[in-house]
Amino acid sequence: MGSGYIARRLQGNVAWIVTTDISPYAVLKVKEANVDVLRTDLLAGICGAFDLILFNPPYLPTQPDERIADWLEYALDGGPTGREVITRFAGQAGSVLKEQGRILLVISSLTGQKEVERLFEHRGFTGQIVKETEIEGEVLFVYRFRKISP
Amino acid sequence: MRRKLLDILCCPVCKGELTLNVVEENDVEIVEGSLRCGTCRVEYPIIDGIPNLLPPEAEDS
Repeated sequence: MGSGYIARRLQGNVAWIVTTDISPYAVLKVKEANVDVLRTDLLAGICGAFDLILFNPPYLPTQPDERIADWLEYALDGGPTGREVITRFAGQAGSVLKEQGRILLVISSLTGQKEVERLFEHRGFTGQIVKETEIEGEVLFVYRFRKISP
Repeated sequence: MRRKLLDILCCPVCKGELTLNVVEENDVEIVEGSLRCGTCRVEYPIIDGIPNLLPPEAEDS
């Protein structure tokens, strides 16, 4: 959820939007914008079937000696591979997504595209890039994932 | 939090149902209160209208 920018833009254009963040500062920021919010780790405190999940995860590979213990840093730190939080998210997302639901996920060329595709495939999703843009030598991708039909 | 939010909230640990206890509520939302998981025997606070569903150990780290 981060600053809640996307949530604020979507509010009013969708039936209902619920946001989550683990950061106490991020949830306060979103609350000020009158968006429904809860503080939880990824999707842990949520049960229910959603049509769409948007996730802008911490996706930067971060070595232990590069870590700074603050909430802003936490929002960027994807662990040594850049995929630690994304992997946990992929494990949780299926249970709160409708069968025809979609996930939109932002990653970077530094995160490892093939590895991200594979970790979602292993959890029953199929995905494709729907948007990409280059910023200072790094490419940002938006992936759309759907559940693989049984 | 608006009461509507309760429909999609569950215990972050066991995924069980949460029981709402309201301390303060206005026309819009529950401002102060708690959400209790009877199975885990854990109470999650609602402070300034925001439910905090972090398990106690995660909160400490």
